[in-house]
Amino acid sequence: MTIYSIIFYLLALLILGSTAVAITRRNLIHAVIYLIFSFFGSAMLFYLFGAPFLAILEVIIYAGAIMVLFLFIVIMMKLKTAEEQLFPLSQWLPAAIIGLVYIGIGVGLVIAEPGSKVILKTAKADPDIFGLYIFQKHWLSIEIVSLLLLVALIGALVLGRRSKKAPAAKASEGEL
Amino acid sequence: MIVPFGHVLILAGLLFLLGMVCVVVRRSLILILLGVEIMLNAAAILLVGSSLLWQQLEGQSIVLFIFAIAGAEVSVGLALIVWAYRQTGSVDPRDFNLLK
Repeated sequence: MTIYSIIFYLLALLILGSTAVAITRRNLIHAVIYLIFSFFGSAMLFYLFGAPFLAILEVIIYAGAIMVLFLFIVIMMKLKTAEEQLFPLSQWLPAAIIGLVYIGIGVGLVIAEPGSKVILKTAKADPDIFGLYIFQKHWLSIEIVSLLLLVALIGALVLGRRSKKAPAAKASEGEL
Repeated sequence: MIVPFGHVLILAGLLFLLGMVCVVVRRSLILILLGVEIMLNAAAILLVGSSLLWQQLEGQSIVLFIFAIAGAEVSVGLALIVWAYRQTGSVDPRDFNLLK
């Protein structure tokens, strides 16, 4: 039990716990803020696994940009927190039992697989090496993904444009 | 020496499952999108772990693309949700069950 494994198990507990709290919140703002905690934990896990650049990107993109975007939308929409009633017991009990069986089978598979007993060694990929690797081996994918981001930007702009002919009567209460 | 690789697999699997539960059970379009983000994050954790296992940089570079995909997906998804909210005034998926 080295210091690294203690850190790993603490981070795993933190990530799973805050995600589980997040997906059960009624209030959407609370859910988003608990998920920010979860993504911070993932960033530290990336750092532990020797990916400092990806850890920084996780904080900037996931915890910073994406979650703040969610927060803006939730705040702008002024949603009334509708009481979600759960499905009736007879409906979700079979689903829960099947899901638990699948969890058991999955954990059994992982335990039975000999490759999963390999102990991970600590290593670190410096950002400069990582950047060189990305732009030497995957430069075409970088270009394609930048095009994808451009298309997503244009798509979001087109969707967000307020059209003149749209029936504005129903939408007026939310006022986006 | 960190941990056996199997523990990383189990962590990523449980996190993916939590995201799936969020997508299936919750009745809000915004939380469905959040569940997709959780699932993408679980995949990213597993990829970084396997990148450490085989001491290759491939896994880490795929995670970089996952970040870009997540950004694109969330921007278009939230724009769609805002558009749907303007049309109907609700973000309940039960209100969007007609193909018209």
